[in-house]
Amino acid sequence: MAIWFARSRNLVSSLRHNLCLSSTILVKRDYSPRPVFTTSQLSSTVFLSPYVASLRHESTAAEKQLDVVQHSDDQEDALQELDFPGGNVGYTSEMKFIPESSSRRIPCYRVLDEDGRIIPDSDYFPVSEKLAVRMYEQMATLQVMDHIFYEAQRQGRISFYLTSLGEEAINIASAAALSPEDVVLPQYREPGVLLWRGFTLEEFANQCFGNKDDYGKGRQMPIHYGSNRHNYFTISSPIATQLPQAAGVGYSLKMEKKNACAVTFIGDGGTSEGDFHAGLNFAAVLEAPVMFICRNNGWAISTHTSEQFRSDGIVVKGQAYGIRSIRVDGNDALAVYSAVRSAREMAVTEQRPVLIEAMTYRVGHHSTSDDSTKYRAADEIQHWKMSRNPVNRFKKWVEDNGWWSEEDESELRSNTRKQLLQAIQAAEKCDKQPLKELFNDVYDVKPKNLEEQELGLKELVERQPQDYPSGFHV
Amino acid sequence: MSSIIHGAGAATALSTFNPVDSKKLTNLSVRSQRYIVAGSEASKKKSFGSALTVRHSQKLIPNAVATKEADTSTSTGHELLLFEALQEGLEEEMDRDANVCVMGEDVGHYGGSYKVTKGLADKFGDLRVLDTPICENAFTGMAIGAAMTGLRPVIEGMNMGFLLLAFNQISNNCGMLHYTSGGQFTIPVVIRGPGGVGRQLGAEHSQRLESYFQSIPGIQMVACSTPYNAKGLMKAAIRSENPVILFEHVLLYNLKEKIPDEDYICNLEEAEMVRPGEHITILTYSRMRYHVMQAAKTLVNKGYDPEVIDIRSLKPFDLHTIGNSVKKTHRVLIVEECMRTGGIGASLTAAINENFHDYLDAPVMCLSSQDVPTPYAGTLEEWTVVQPAQIVTAVEQLCQ
Repeated sequence: MAIWFARSRNLVSSLRHNLCLSSTILVKRDYSPRPVFTTSQLSSTVFLSPYVASLRHESTAAEKQLDVVQHSDDQEDALQELDFPGGNVGYTSEMKFIPESSSRRIPCYRVLDEDGRIIPDSDYFPVSEKLAVRMYEQMATLQVMDHIFYEAQRQGRISFYLTSLGEEAINIASAAALSPEDVVLPQYREPGVLLWRGFTLEEFANQCFGNKDDYGKGRQMPIHYGSNRHNYFTISSPIATQLPQAAGVGYSLKMEKKNACAVTFIGDGGTSEGDFHAGLNFAAVLEAPVMFICRNNGWAISTHTSEQFRSDGIVVKGQAYGIRSIRVDGNDALAVYSAVRSAREMAVTEQRPVLIEAMTYRVGHHSTSDDSTKYRAADEIQHWKMSRNPVNRFKKWVEDNGWWSEEDESELRSNTRKQLLQAIQAAEKCDKQPLKELFNDVYDVKPKNLEEQELGLKELVERQPQDYPSGFHV
Repeated sequence: MSSIIHGAGAATALSTFNPVDSKKLTNLSVRSQRYIVAGSEASKKKSFGSALTVRHSQKLIPNAVATKEADTSTSTGHELLLFEALQEGLEEEMDRDANVCVMGEDVGHYGGSYKVTKGLADKFGDLRVLDTPICENAFTGMAIGAAMTGLRPVIEGMNMGFLLLAFNQISNNCGMLHYTSGGQFTIPVVIRGPGGVGRQLGAEHSQRLESYFQSIPGIQMVACSTPYNAKGLMKAAIRSENPVILFEHVLLYNLKEKIPDEDYICNLEEAEMVRPGEHITILTYSRMRYHVMQAAKTLVNKGYDPEVIDIRSLKPFDLHTIGNSVKKTHRVLIVEECMRTGGIGASLTAAINENFHDYLDAPVMCLSSQDVPTPYAGTLEEWTVVQPAQIVTAVEQLCQ
């Protein structure tokens, strides 16, 4: 608690310093002699009326007393404390509002510069050649996968797709820093995590086509992957519902004392949902090992972050819940890797939640049902796609180390492309789910009403097969 | 808020009517016993009581219904109140399976606003009996996440009405994730809490959530009404692999009954034959069971022989038991506390008409609360709940 106190005092004094610069807001303390109020006498009427009168009088003279204010404040505050429920809190007779934002935004942790060179004196976990090459390969694979599936949707072969373009570093680097036992609760723009864990391109394709090899048995829209084998919870469309669930997973891991944490992802838009508040608050109170990773990519469909919240992004919200937080350059694979790895350590060993805000940009449209050029400039998109591309940035670093060549690049891309096209063809040809999968898994065992409904539908299809699609079989 | 609920609930233990001991209601011992067992045996194979058929527990009595006349010969058994029966069931399951945990507001050291979780935090610890911050959507979501990772959470809504805040998690995730994940993740949660019209608790604390939730695919709903079935349903719900919503009633927590000492569970999908009869089938559940039984006394004096069934399983309906009854009596009266529009009675009426139309000699009649928010004033509130006199009149009308 002493540490907190010192830290908050620094915060308060630095805020005061900042506020001096924007002097229109506050009125400084009145140092004319005044009766000392004991805590019992403090009531709003007693407190305010003489004070308010003196405020108006002293307002212009206040600023000169600035330096005096800071020193004597520190002395006075240290001595006087009130014990309210929730712990002791110092008091001050200076009426001061915490400003809505600090003059300086929380800086972003970054290791690689735009040219893929490590910034001198950076803190980071070193990455071996093997790991770095694997990370790069997966980032490139994710890019190719996104492009091909997107095209497939455009060609009408799948009904829907959602790309992670521009967010490959977040996807892959975070997954690389986790252990396979860590339970992942994604939003929907994190297929890279599943890819890292070993989900094959064929398995991705099967889910998108909803065929009989899909683990979800054709019951969810494309990109709503889920695999219990890979500790990747099935994606559910409503935004942010996974956040309180992550608190629950953390609770479960804590109960079983496992060496694992829950990792959940959310976008900037999703932080407006009530479940964001709920999930973070619960994880903090429970002291559960949960890592919240917010992909702040600037856009929630057409809503820019300036219309989504008025805080300094998401990272500042962590402290409001008592959660340790960090802002990271989400397009820097090494920074994301290091931050996630540290956060995981903290979450598991200290049994606490951690919040990571990864700054990035959504290069693609929100989904195939969106055309983002309608609400943002095409050259803005180009800029982020070309010069701020996380894949290229990491590639430069890997290449500079002599671990990757142009031949490797073209070989990887063409092989992946070929594999994807084959996977799509195979998935497309594969049969769809039989009728019984419509009624299975609603409950563990089919109840009577569903049995009846299934029988009814089966009879209908058998009686009039011409009215049903040709691939539709019972 | 919690003090108002607690006070009202505790003080009003069915002051208006007498049948506190549910065993007294079922006079026809031998005949009813035989009847019930036969029905249960047949349905046992079809029902999805996976917990029943798969688990082996000592001295397990499945297919348990209210009539336990066979047990009166053994004078063992212990008397307790309904909330204590719920607590006993919960405690036994927590002893039996370390994965069972409880979460909700004030369920820990406070013991729950209706004392259903009393003593559990002391026994099992603060983490396993968890006091959550006030956010129904959050702790329901949390329970779902924990369930997907292997725990078996029991979620308590301080009042069922507050679970409306958790509707998103219940509908979109609880009910759906087993299906949409292709069966990869199961959600064996139990969501329970007091609901129904209490004594002047106001509209927001008098909700009948069963009507709002009944459409959600993937969940099961049961309503307890006696200490016996409360304990049995609680245990069955916890053992079930499906998400189960257990509806308790604010005014029934202080019902007293003698229940068996040995381990037993009640089948989640079965209805309970309260009073066999010949003239008319009265279907009801939860608190209305007592209003019906009070009306039954009057009806018997007037020469009628009503068959009273506590449907207990609100989703799915036990159409086997109900159907057998309809085929016998040919007349149906449904007595419920839900609103007229879109309530359990409305769905049950449709189901009976669809399935047993040929057996009916009269239209299915349904007595429900009006489509109004429950008012605070005592007299107004009384008029929104179906009273025994109305039930008597309805039976007389149907049996003309």
